[in-house]
Amino acid sequence: MLSRTADNLYWIARYMERAETLARLLEVGARMSLLPTAQGFRNEWESILNATGQIGAFQKKYDSFAQRNIESFLFFDRDNPSSIASCITAARENGRIVRTALTGQVWDALNTAFQELRQIERTPRSQLELSRLTDWTTKHTAMLRGAIDATLLRNDGYDFLNLGFALERADATARIIDVKYYVLLPRAGVIGAGAENDQWSMLLRALNLNRAFHWAYGGELTAQKIAHFLILNPACPRALMTCGQEIDTALTHLAKLYGRETEAQHLAQGLLQGLNASSPEAIFDEGLHDFLTRFIREIAALAGAVHDSYLSGDM
Amino acid sequence: MPQFNEMYQGDQTRPPYAGLEAWMKAMPADLRIQKQAEAEALFRRIGITFAVYGEGGDPDRLIPFDMFPRVFTHSEWAKLDRGIKQRARALNAFLTDVYGRGEIIRAGRIPANLVYQNEAYERAVAGFVPPKGVYSHIVGIDIVRTGPTDFFVLEDNCRTPSGVSYMLESREMMMRMFPDLFRENRIEPVDRYHEALRRTLMSVAPAKCQGEPTVVILTPGHFNSAYYEHSFLADLMGVELVEGADLFVDGEFVYMRTTEGPKRVDVIYRRIDDAFLDPLCFRPDSMLGVPGLMDVYRSGGVSICSAPGAGVADDKAVYTYVPEMIRFYLGEEPILQNVPTWKCAGEEDLKYVLDKLPELVVKEVHGSGGYGMLVGPKSSKEEIETFRHKILKDPSNYIAQPTLSLSTTPTFVEEGVAPRHVDLRPYCLVGERIELVPGGLTRVALREGSLVVNSSQGGGVKDTWVLAE
Repeated sequence: MLSRTADNLYWIARYMERAETLARLLEVGARMSLLPTAQGFRNEWESILNATGQIGAFQKKYDSFAQRNIESFLFFDRDNPSSIASCITAARENGRIVRTALTGQVWDALNTAFQELRQIERTPRSQLELSRLTDWTTKHTAMLRGAIDATLLRNDGYDFLNLGFALERADATARIIDVKYYVLLPRAGVIGAGAENDQWSMLLRALNLNRAFHWAYGGELTAQKIAHFLILNPACPRALMTCGQEIDTALTHLAKLYGRETEAQHLAQGLLQGLNASSPEAIFDEGLHDFLTRFIREIAALAGAVHDSYLSGDM
Repeated sequence: MPQFNEMYQGDQTRPPYAGLEAWMKAMPADLRIQKQAEAEALFRRIGITFAVYGEGGDPDRLIPFDMFPRVFTHSEWAKLDRGIKQRARALNAFLTDVYGRGEIIRAGRIPANLVYQNEAYERAVAGFVPPKGVYSHIVGIDIVRTGPTDFFVLEDNCRTPSGVSYMLESREMMMRMFPDLFRENRIEPVDRYHEALRRTLMSVAPAKCQGEPTVVILTPGHFNSAYYEHSFLADLMGVELVEGADLFVDGEFVYMRTTEGPKRVDVIYRRIDDAFLDPLCFRPDSMLGVPGLMDVYRSGGVSICSAPGAGVADDKAVYTYVPEMIRFYLGEEPILQNVPTWKCAGEEDLKYVLDKLPELVVKEVHGSGGYGMLVGPKSSKEEIETFRHKILKDPSNYIAQPTLSLSTTPTFVEEGVAPRHVDLRPYCLVGERIELVPGGLTRVALREGSLVVNSSQGGGVKDTWVLAE
């Protein structure tokens, strides 16, 4: 496969996963803003922007954290390369370039999202509820994944797509946890109702995992349980462990297909071994923030190795 | 001006269209509108769009598709087939000649300066004979019709004629929407085009290629207006679609960058102009090409289709000499006629052209896509005067032709069915063999009375049928 084709496939997945993450963040931000506080209403928008790493760019262009501004910036704004509109456009453009490496259904999923996006952009904002925008986004990212899983050849192209999804998701999960890491600091005893509980719910909700969590653990929310769930539990679809396993699976398959291992495989195995050897206690001992910072750095190094080994063609 | 309607002669329906008469009459307006919308939705979903140069606007514009097919009988096509292949052979013989001994020039049948001073003449390949002596592997010949047996060649396209994807997709669309038509009429298939193209490209593998040649299509990139076609053909043939940056030269060969390491490339079907192929040989500022490509080409390490330099044969001034080429190289009389053409470079011709401007079509020698041309009878006095000044400034840049009364075929328009002018571009493949699929791209001028069929100027496309014997 052409290195450039692999690169386009990888970025289709990264952009669509990024769009999905943003939609989830928008959803939870809107939800939190409906909760009453002593002063009126909570405003979680600032921490949402922190999670996207885009707060600087936002403040240059907008003067307040009003929901409409956030929606403009995170959904519609073409000047923001990470807005949902930008991500879907970029994913579709990458898809158009490698149209021949996709099945009709995969292309259809990308192209339909793009065509509908253009309709949405022509619709008056007053008719666009945020929930409609976020539902629309997650529906299309799900359709893309479904089309890929149902129709695409299990060849190297499939591996590069999966690498893109898993790397982006690992990075996003780590960043989302990091924004709220301070509420996860372990305390003595069980934490009952109150502000922190809301924050934890928000964290789970941002990852679309609040119900899954209760099914998996039951009982009271504790920092250890949440950390275990989001970082180490391979049953959790967004856990760092799950992402690490998916990355490793894709890279192992590529190594077998091409008959050679690269730096990327070594880094992925190292990452996975690190997670396997870890425990919530060890993570809190290291410091959650330090652990996450290190993880984000390792994911970036791994993405770099994938680029150098496969996507640049400079071997 | 009398116009030849391909379906009706007075009250009579011409035989090739007999099968469409009932179909057309049985189609109520609402069904037609529904089918048209269906076709448009399908084209958009497949992603067949056409960006128009220099117009800005919607980069995902669709080429209008007209559902009313254009039909040739078997015997009409047999003549076209012979004429097109004859022309493709002569054009390639001409190219081999002018990059070799130049016999046709020595014989005084075509002026030397027209060839050697031509912008499209590539000194860099003089003396090099490409594999099988083929320069132009895909020859697109634009043909217009003015009467039952009167066909004229409007121009030749020897470099990288585009539009073949519309020929294939129009047929797909018609078969999907109106399968009954294909049961009732015996229509020659066109869907072996991509196999023929692949065979053609593989048959011109370079001298140093061993084993099965690796073919690629070289595209300027996804911003190009014909990108859809490039990716469509790559997909049909099962070959990689590469950009310049995907290729590199190492020693005697060209390689593409793949996830498994470098892979040698033997045949490049390029869809970029000569000037951009190799910054070391042609335009130094080109980012689209491959540095060192021409050295590999000239030493037989890779084939380039069409061969660099092929453009000198499809220049509009050289065009006037194609009948002469047919006589000179093949010893035959041309089966398809040229449109009479005045070359403004000549004093007498120029005088005639300036006198008759309101009646003529004037074109730039190197222009394409229907830009920079004057259609005398359709232009205002001011437009004609403006154009007169342009011609006088640089006469040798223009040729003129009589305004041909292009044939019309029934076309779906807002009010129902109405005649619209059409032309035809078949795609002749030249490799070890010469092949032509029975069909081509019919372009239709959708505006009433308009003679300009270019998609960049509001033209549409139709399915083109050749009836089986």
